Amino acid sequence: MTGMNTDLIKLSAAEIAGRIARGEVTAVEVAEAHLARIEAVDEKVHAFLHVDREGALAAAREVDAKRERGETLGPLAGVPVALKDIFTTEGIPTTVGSKILEGWIPPYDATVTRRLKEADVVILGKTNMDEFAMGSSTENSAYGPTGNPWDLTRVPGGSGGGSSASLAAYEAPLALGTDTGGSIRQPAAVTGTVGVKPTYGGVSRYGMVAFSSSLDQGGPCARTVLDAALLHSVIAGHDEMDSTSIDQPVPDVVEAARNGEVRGLRIGIVKEFRGEGYQAGVMQRFDESVELLRELGAEIVELSCPSFTKALAAYYLIAPSECSSNLARFDAMRYGLRVGDDGTHSAETVTALTREAGFGDEVKRRVMLGTYALSSGYYDAYYGSAQKVRTLIARDFEKAFEQVDVVVSPTTPTTAFPIGERADDPVAMYLADLCTIPSNLAGNSAMSLPCGLAPEDGLPVGLQIMAPAMADDRLYRVGAAVEAALEARWGHPLLEEAPSL
Amino acid sequence: MPGISREEVAHLAKLARLELKGEELDHFAGQLDDIIGAVAAVSDVADEDVPPTSHPLPLTNVMRPDEVRPSLTAQQALSGAPAQEQQRFKVPQILGEEA
Amino acid sequence: MTVTELVSYDEALATYDPVMGLEVHVELGTRTKMFCGCSTELGADANSQVCPTCLGLPGALPVVNASGVESAIRIGLALHCEIAEWCRFARKNYFYPDMPKNFQTSQYDEPIAFNGYLDVQLEDGEVFRVEIERAHMEEDTGKSTHVGGATGRIHGASHSLLDYNRAGIPLIEIVTKPIEGAGERAPEVAKAYVAELRELIKALGVSEARMEQGQMRCDVNLSLRPKGQKKFGTRSETKNVNSLRSVERAARFEVQRHAAVLSSGGTIVQETRHFHEEDGSTTSGRVKEEAEDYRYFPEPDLVPVAPSREWVEELRATLPEPPRERRNRLREEWGITEHEMQSVLNAGAVDLIVATIEAGADAASARKWWMGELARSANEAGVEPAALTITPADVARISALVAEGSLNDKLARQTIEGVLAGEGTPDEVVEKRGLAVVSDEGALGTAVDEAIAGNPAIADKIRGGKVAAAGALVGAVMKATRGQADAGRVKELILEKLGVEG
Ligand SMILES: [Mg+2]
Ligand SMILES: [Zn+2]
Repeated sequence: MTGMNTDLIKLSAAEIAGRIARGEVTAVEVAEAHLARIEAVDEKVHAFLHVDREGALAAAREVDAKRERGETLGPLAGVPVALKDIFTTEGIPTTVGSKILEGWIPPYDATVTRRLKEADVVILGKTNMDEFAMGSSTENSAYGPTGNPWDLTRVPGGSGGGSSASLAAYEAPLALGTDTGGSIRQPAAVTGTVGVKPTYGGVSRYGMVAFSSSLDQGGPCARTVLDAALLHSVIAGHDEMDSTSIDQPVPDVVEAARNGEVRGLRIGIVKEFRGEGYQAGVMQRFDESVELLRELGAEIVELSCPSFTKALAAYYLIAPSECSSNLARFDAMRYGLRVGDDGTHSAETVTALTREAGFGDEVKRRVMLGTYALSSGYYDAYYGSAQKVRTLIARDFEKAFEQVDVVVSPTTPTTAFPIGERADDPVAMYLADLCTIPSNLAGNSAMSLPCGLAPEDGLPVGLQIMAPAMADDRLYRVGAAVEAALEARWGHPLLEEAPSL
Repeated sequence: MPGISREEVAHLAKLARLELKGEELDHFAGQLDDIIGAVAAVSDVADEDVPPTSHPLPLTNVMRPDEVRPSLTAQQALSGAPAQEQQRFKVPQILGEEA
Repeated sequence: MTVTELVSYDEALATYDPVMGLEVHVELGTRTKMFCGCSTELGADANSQVCPTCLGLPGALPVVNASGVESAIRIGLALHCEIAEWCRFARKNYFYPDMPKNFQTSQYDEPIAFNGYLDVQLEDGEVFRVEIERAHMEEDTGKSTHVGGATGRIHGASHSLLDYNRAGIPLIEIVTKPIEGAGERAPEVAKAYVAELRELIKALGVSEARMEQGQMRCDVNLSLRPKGQKKFGTRSETKNVNSLRSVERAARFEVQRHAAVLSSGGTIVQETRHFHEEDGSTTSGRVKEEAEDYRYFPEPDLVPVAPSREWVEELRATLPEPPRERRNRLREEWGITEHEMQSVLNAGAVDLIVATIEAGADAASARKWWMGELARSANEAGVEPAALTITPADVARISALVAEGSLNDKLARQTIEGVLAGEGTPDEVVEKRGLAVVSDEGALGTAVDEAIAGNPAIADKIRGGKVAAAGALVGAVMKATRGQADAGRVKELILEKLGVEG
């Protein structure tokens, strides 16, 4: 039994779904195997904030019953998934990694949650994250940090570190993330997993607790490119509850992932994505990946995107501005924490006392920064200028995509850093998102997948692929080709080199 | 770009409803000053004739028909309330205008 | 609260020139809220018409109500505004417990309608043009009840209770440009403007605009400047004035108060003020020490509204006749004076009379019934005439019965009484109560003969040429027939029988 369970947790989502569909294993056995794994390792990893054991088993039993009744099952029926604690789940706590929402049980499901349930996916629980998705290390969670399964003293990336760690620790074959400045891709890179930020508007934001509305985008996290595609196609698509949702067919990402190919493609490399701050081993693996793409038949084109150098600055004005407004609703009146309501304090004071006690430092910093940037005297210089930079970045991408089919870069300038190293140096922390942020500002799609270990520290390096808006399928076509070629070279998936927990 | 003073941080905290402690004001003033220094680069484009982008996609006119959808029940609506009374959210005294 | 000895109105106007700005909020009568599908039906249980969106729950998102936008455009067009080719919503950020998201989704520098005007007619017929700065879309807040203090006041309350049913109901805010040149008539202009706007909103069918229910509320901004000076003085903002009369009184009070402060060498502070119905005064609210910083920015959860010119023109074609023009047209058609028209207006009977005429009645009788018998009944019942159980079609039918001689005025009144009492249609009431006029010439002739025989002296007078004396004989006949005769025909018969030319 133990042996079989170990096998189950190492399987890909596609394989698990196939075995359940063929009746080789039950959904309940799959769920139990993963719940057992969580029980065994999560004390060390701390990927989960809440494990919904009963709910998961009930959902798995329902899948098995459907199969017995001969009903058609979706392509991911019975596959366990770990949900970032930013998606609302009716009846299940949703904290966004914050004290201010400790114990909050939403009365409604996010659209993504609903679609997962409708696809008969088994939700295992909610994963740890930087508070309100603000961070690149998951150290900003009010509920303690998550360890990187490659080295538990290092960060698993952020904000979706719980989701990436749950995959790398074999606690779940699939996970959900949200990516505002890199929060899916950067954790994927530093944990040796796959993460995709779909085109903005590709996945509904309804029920995804907002950090920065014009940047936030939910997306799939997985251990393989195909698994990410399968999850992508379950959660993506138009939603009338989200005004910014794209009302067009979802690109056929699954077909693309099954037919990886780069021959004849023009692939861009951007000269602004290297230089100071980039770790040598990261650049080495990146350059090797570019060489590999050339070998596989792609034409490599060097590009310049000059405005990308201002992307980080623009991001750290736009995201805080929007969050200062989005987080105003946490005021202790209707839900969540309330502090200082002793009958003498006014509502205003209770709100201020609650926010002081309920928000962590990074949230306070960004809320104040955003309040500052939106103030009448500074609006034009800061927020207004940042929105202009955004236009310039979109134009740079437009020009690039006139010349190439996709652009590649390292996902993040360094490998996973030690927990605590950048905790009180926000500016240093922000550099982790240097390469991921331009795609959030422009709204196009991007993926990170493992491309090797940095020789100097033996930690995973991520390759980022960027495609135009609504051309998400290109990510999967290129990603699947790279994945296949690298695994052929390594002889196994990269994650097999991670120490066992 | 001007730096940010402790007093400005106190003002921002008040606007943002954060009851910061004294030592926090100093701490945040230093950090916010660093961050503002790091992001000031955007103002290089302040005078450029570039339209601002507030939204990554060029969508317009997304509207819904004026049709009633089910609401939450009052019980669901109040399920997360820190305090309630008479099926209403109970909140501390509101210091405001004589209405 | 500082008590200021007011300056008399005439004295104030002798020295100062008032400048006004009026901001009116209209709650639209859409079925659902502005950004979610919750019902706007009045009278529901507390917090039973809320959803994640209008409750501001984490993760919820807004979607614009198409009817709200349509109403905004129609209001804009009716106010002769330009309609934006492209505009956005913006967030107005400030904390208040009645506002679930702690920002109001509103419009800022890109209103959907701007640059218009509304002509208003003063009581003496003078027409005054009020320029419109903008009309924009926004949402209402929840409702708070203050507990533990005196009579529900916020001050001294121990806590408050919040019901968010109203949060998110669509509002259109209509802002005038500074109204200059009204002089002593400023308060009258203010009232006439709000009255005209209310008529317009009702004619558009976008809201019932009941001020007493808060469906329409007015902020009166007023400043004085010494006569001959161009620069505006400092203004006060009197919030939420909720009746036409109050709008006029608030403006008048502020003119007198400002004049008193200025004349005694004081300065006006820019502040919000509250109006008190009891005595028509205003008192100080919140002083605006520093300009509010609402940190407006484009609402990232909503995409721009870009009404196509085709849509705008389609909506323009649905505009009703402007109320003022319609009133003047009807007044001429009905052949009545300004004063009489004003009474019809005050009685809330214009549309009823129009409908009665459309149902076949002539203008004079339609107006006669609605302004007489029916206005009285409505008044006694304490309802609007439109709320009476009688319909314009019923009134038209009664007029027709009178015109054809089947009913006389007295019987018509009894018929109305029956219809109001729920006894059925006019014909059914006539039938059931047996109210038809006695028009049987034989029966009538007999009654006339009897009346002549019973009053020989009067008959002689008539024979002698005193035709006016016939009235007494008509009365006798009417009495004998218990009012069911056609008085006109009776008089004809009497004169005929006595050989006199009528
Ligand atoms: Mg307003
Ligand atoms: Zn609602």
